[in-house]
Amino acid sequence: MNSVGSIIMYVIITLVMVICSVLAVTTRKILRAATYLLFTLFGAAALYFMLGYEFLGAVQIAVYAGGIVVLFVFAVLLTSRPGDNSEKLTSKSRFLGLVAALAMLGWTGYSLFARSINYAKLPAMDPQTMDEVGETLMGSGIDQYLLPFEAVSVLLLACIIGGVAIARKR
Amino acid sequence: MFCCGVYGFITRKNMIAILISLELMLNAVDINFALFNRYLYPGHMEGMFFTLFAIAIAAAETALAIAIIINIFRVTRNVDVQGLDKMKL
Repeated sequence: MNSVGSIIMYVIITLVMVICSVLAVTTRKILRAATYLLFTLFGAAALYFMLGYEFLGAVQIAVYAGGIVVLFVFAVLLTSRPGDNSEKLTSKSRFLGLVAALAMLGWTGYSLFARSINYAKLPAMDPQTMDEVGETLMGSGIDQYLLPFEAVSVLLLACIIGGVAIARKR
Repeated sequence: MFCCGVYGFITRKNMIAILISLELMLNAVDINFALFNRYLYPGHMEGMFFTLFAIAIAAAETALAIAIIINIFRVTRNVDVQGLDKMKL
């Protein structure tokens, strides 16, 4: 966050993300919640781009905004009539949720602000090239990630097979 | 954002809304990984790759969960967690 412009951008992005995530959990219409989730995910991608992680931002947009939100919308439309409101929350569960959320907020906020005064300035970083990212992802040496990469691919295969097995008609 | 996820996870009854809250929490954690990596160890890429794998696993988990939800909906015709007390019909 070195220039004024990037600070303004950062504040705008984080505000959009926070507001949209609050709306996503408080709105009554489930389809709107999915839409607010989409905006929050876009905000996260913009944050990654601002930090210099272009590859991460692209993955975030492709996987989350392209895949997961579409899945959510399909599931919402399959399982509820459009225009359906979710039923009113009981005050007990709302109270419990608020207490848990605020306790979490206070705790993390305290530990963050107690330590992060030194890191107010963004340290310089060479933007990593696509070559570096690919080599680190596919290399088998130390500090390289071929084994987790293959593990994730096997996990995705298992997930595809499991999804088909669960969702097929009997 | 994580706190919003916690709030939604506890208060919502619809299973898809619970899943949306779960996604919010996962995203907050991902952002934290990337931010701490960027601020504390700007030359390294560990946090970024952890975020990458977390995104991949979250995608797998969401697809599977939605398959389960649709299957449950086909059996019981609703997706509220309150009425779900049997695993098998």
